[in-house]
Amino acid sequence: MFEYCANPDTLEGVRWVSCYLTTAKHMMFYESFLVVIGLMLITVPCAMAFGFGGALAARSHVAPLRWIGKGYAAMVRGVPDIAFFLFVPLALDQGLEWMRHKVKCPDWDQPIRQGNDFVVCAQAKLPLGSAPQWQHETYGIILAVAAFAFVFGAFAAHVLSGAMNAVPKAQLETAEAYGMSRGQITRRILIPQMWVYALPGLSNLWMVLIKATPLLFLLGVQDIVYWARELGGSKTSAYAYPHPDWRLYYFLALLVFYLGLTKVSEIGLSRLNRRLSRGQATMAGEEQRKATA
Amino acid sequence: MKTLIQATAILALTAGMGMAQTVRLGTEGAYPPYNLINDAGEVDGFERELGDELCKRAELTCEWVTNDWDSIIPNLVSGNYDVIMAGMSITPERDEVIDFTQNYTPPSSSSYVGLSDDVDITGGVIAAQTATIQAAHVAETGATLLEFATPDETVAAVRNGEADAVLADKDFLVPIVAESGGELSFVGDDVPLGGGVGAGLRESDTELKEKLDAAIGSMKEDGTLNAMITKWFGEDALTYE
Repeated sequence: MFEYCANPDTLEGVRWVSCYLTTAKHMMFYESFLVVIGLMLITVPCAMAFGFGGALAARSHVAPLRWIGKGYAAMVRGVPDIAFFLFVPLALDQGLEWMRHKVKCPDWDQPIRQGNDFVVCAQAKLPLGSAPQWQHETYGIILAVAAFAFVFGAFAAHVLSGAMNAVPKAQLETAEAYGMSRGQITRRILIPQMWVYALPGLSNLWMVLIKATPLLFLLGVQDIVYWARELGGSKTSAYAYPHPDWRLYYFLALLVFYLGLTKVSEIGLSRLNRRLSRGQATMAGEEQRKATA
Repeated sequence: MKTLIQATAILALTAGMGMAQTVRLGTEGAYPPYNLINDAGEVDGFERELGDELCKRAELTCEWVTNDWDSIIPNLVSGNYDVIMAGMSITPERDEVIDFTQNYTPPSSSSYVGLSDDVDITGGVIAAQTATIQAAHVAETGATLLEFATPDETVAAVRNGEADAVLADKDFLVPIVAESGGELSFVGDDVPLGGGVGAGLRESDTELKEKLDAAIGSMKEDGTLNAMITKWFGEDALTYE
């Protein structure tokens, strides 16, 4: 980064630190913070989509749909997260490769499962073996998002269906009396009103999601916890910047980051709550009405 | 100048096309001097240099990826990369699941390292990395085994008193003891474990195995492998006769 960093062995004091903290490896550490935040921002809409689908399916009048919706929530909530974090990417990856294999290599005569090995033809690999590293990393992140969305979607589905049930029945009956169809009631009355009931549960989920990001490393995404452990571990002179065990300082930095993230989310969520309570027949909404009156 | 750039660009492209398929090499990146991630964020160490040389001799295009030690075999088997070069000793248990090339380091010793010489290595608490031959050995000796996910954590456990000693490959421990300023020392006798370090492959990948075997053989013959071992592990390291 700086010109005087060319020869790390001769550096001392502030200069050593400034060079040390700007090595390419540290830059990857800093980037991983953005990866984690970005990943959460992508995961939330995906998980909400899963959750909405699950909640609406669980309320459906069509029995098979209802079974799927309820089964999805019950199954994912009942099985340890970590099992799904390992299962979903693996199953998705092998499932996609298997389908590509069937389409692209119809003449293949060897079995796909050879003992422990999962073997598909080279053209069916995802991404292709010759693809650059960034494509492999992006693919890994997409699989991670899918796993997170699948697991958190089930929790969101439960929260949302609870919130839908919490909307006063009288509201829905009134809508019916005005001649609205079921779809119209859901879109115009049920969904706008349920948010205020869903928010506490959803904000809980968001907090859990923030803290679950270290599970990313399990899926091969190099996240902030991986880098903190890797950079903080004691380094012999095989490295350009040898140092003793500094994991404590790196993990302190993570502590500050996570606390900061939690604080910012709390502020944001409480604002959202105030906004959603406006005009609602809840205690918070009633207080707002009295304050302005 | 412009034509020169174009010419090199075209040359680079055609050269890329001419080469065989890309082989992805998986490593841990946390076991210096075997493999480590250097300050430029790239895979470095003995196995990096060796792997690049092997790929050159076998005329393969290679790419390095890192993976957690714990899941390094499952991810090989499911095809995320094609070869493991991660200081992995050849053992019969591993050989049942994956295939190994011939070894590229001679069967070498593992050692105990503790804070003092009088540590009880048969009855005390011994740290070792999960799923290694050293962990299996500690479990057999009757000492209490304390497992960690990364090699660095096993040494840190000795430093902070959590474990009495650590058992790991001697080549990994030598620089750590040498640079600890007298804090750490070798304890007891060395233990010969495993059949040397080899590259791991899927059992179905026989063609790639033959290529790498031939390349390792040629490096043993012309002495380049010995030179590489001495360069990374010091003068005292075991070499091939």
